[in-house]
Amino acid sequence: MTATVKYADVEVGTEIPARTYPVDRADLVMYAGASGDFNPIHWRESAAKAVGLPNVIAHGMYTMAQGGRFVTDWTGDPGSVVDYGVRFSSPVVVPDEGGATLEIGGKVEEKLDDNKVVVALTARSEGQKVLTRAKAVVKLA
Amino acid sequence: MALNRDFVGRAFPPSEPYEVSRVKIREFADAIGDHNPIYRDQEAAKAAGYPDVIAPPTFPIVVSFGGNALAAPGLGLNFAMVVHGEQRFEYSRPLRAGDVVTCTTTITEIKSIGSNEKLTAVTDVRTVEGEMICKSYNTIVERGA
Repeated sequence: MTATVKYADVEVGTEIPARTYPVDRADLVMYAGASGDFNPIHWRESAAKAVGLPNVIAHGMYTMAQGGRFVTDWTGDPGSVVDYGVRFSSPVVVPDEGGATLEIGGKVEEKLDDNKVVVALTARSEGQKVLTRAKAVVKLA
Repeated sequence: MALNRDFVGRAFPPSEPYEVSRVKIREFADAIGDHNPIYRDQEAAKAAGYPDVIAPPTFPIVVSFGGNALAAPGLGLNFAMVVHGEQRFEYSRPLRAGDVVTCTTTITEIKSIGSNEKLTAVTDVRTVEGEMICKSYNTIVERGA
């Protein structure tokens, strides 16, 4: 219930250091099982290509979850998130060999009342923006 | 294929109650690679002020992805062509182990964008006692052939 980042210590424009998260097919299989989303475009190349995708793609919610992790690792409390929304602008393509990487960054966009701040997130994979309009409202200490 | 516009504004009956377990929260946290002890360790969760382990912010998708609305007979959705367009959660409090929740979904908008069909649904996730956990705004896109 208590974030470790203090509201008084952040300003509009405060940057959260960017992080890189690897994604491979095994992660997507685990996510399919945990989430119940077994759409084969997330684990079988022929199924992805049959519907016009370049290869297997990550679940949008997997990518969104990495953004959530980025924010809660920063605030120090996963319960600090009061609002979180994203638009899935481009798929994260995950080849069989080598997988993909997700680069996530963020900065404080606005300070609200009641110790809340709006964090604007960026998420890229292979140079493509994979999330747009990604924002989390978090309550700081 | 065009989705049936008669479904705009339709509210669906509450889903079957779903009991949030510690095991499922841990499995989900493992799957997203998040090792935060507040998802795994009751003592850590209590030290942080929660009665039990809480779930990651995106966990409610497990129960709220369009609910029974997207599978509604007559809507005409082709799941093979569906991609997730947008997602937003508005939280009243974190979901936690021991919560028993039901979801109530309303389709709020259906529109065509080029050859694609875009559908937005809002799902209220509440405990069976009636406590609001979160609202999930879910937009999916059915890609045109």
